[in-house]
Amino acid sequence: MERYIFYIVALIMIVSAIASVSSRKMLRSVIYLLFVLAGIAGIFFLIDYNFLAAVQLTVYAGGIIVLIIFSVLLVHHIEMKLEVEKTSKRLVTAIACLIGIGVFVSTIYSYDFKVTDISTTTTTEDIGLGLLSYEAGGFILPFEVISVLLLAAIIGAIVIAKGKKLESNNEETI
Amino acid sequence: MIEGISIYEILTLTSILFFIGVYGFITRKNLISILISVELVLNASVVNFVVINKYLYPDMLQGVFFSIFIIAVAAAETALAVSIIINLYRQITSVEVKDIETMKY
Repeated sequence: MERYIFYIVALIMIVSAIASVSSRKMLRSVIYLLFVLAGIAGIFFLIDYNFLAAVQLTVYAGGIIVLIIFSVLLVHHIEMKLEVEKTSKRLVTAIACLIGIGVFVSTIYSYDFKVTDISTTTTTEDIGLGLLSYEAGGFILPFEVISVLLLAAIIGAIVIAKGKKLESNNEETI
Repeated sequence: MIEGISIYEILTLTSILFFIGVYGFITRKNLISILISVELVLNASVVNFVVINKYLYPDMLQGVFFSIFIIAVAAAETALAVSIIINLYRQITSVEVKDIETMKY
């Protein structure tokens, strides 16, 4: 049963990813990206990482997609069609990507992964304790650094998107 | 782990997603489309971290932590990129890659 669910999710993800990078309408390609992200959350549910699936759904499907949709609506007309690259360049890129997929897949299949049969369910408590432990192998320092990074990103986004200083400078130079 | 699915099939799926993202990154001419392609590449790497953690070392949690950090960095990157795109649109009323030369100097 799970096997067929995985195949269906994988098919949906690949088709929507291709549609997302080749669709000529901006808003549609964002919605196709939403399907890919929801499919990845589905894979996290299948391999029993419920917390990561919830994070994926809230941060990506709930936050980033809405942000991208807002930016699309702010800078585009909905009916506007995107320019496409020359066919020859697209063909060369597609062939290079296919060669890359071939190299990756042949490398993966020639390596012998030592898969274990133990299956443990990870609770959110384990993840929280691991993130906040300051013993060897704990992740407290990156956790703090990422909080500083998020604060810097928030302040930087506000300052850049306001953009008043740049405009006044431009008027002076003109 | 998923019943009946080996690690090879999931790694094949993520490498296909990764190269679709690379294809979009090279061929698209619009800043927001390039951002979407970068999201595809980042998500493929997140799934790789999680799957290798689950299949090879199920008693460790390092892959989960790294994927949480990747998701946080991706969120910060998207917020900054969207603000830069909106600011650029205000100044030159375009988000096409060929029109953007003000950041070169």
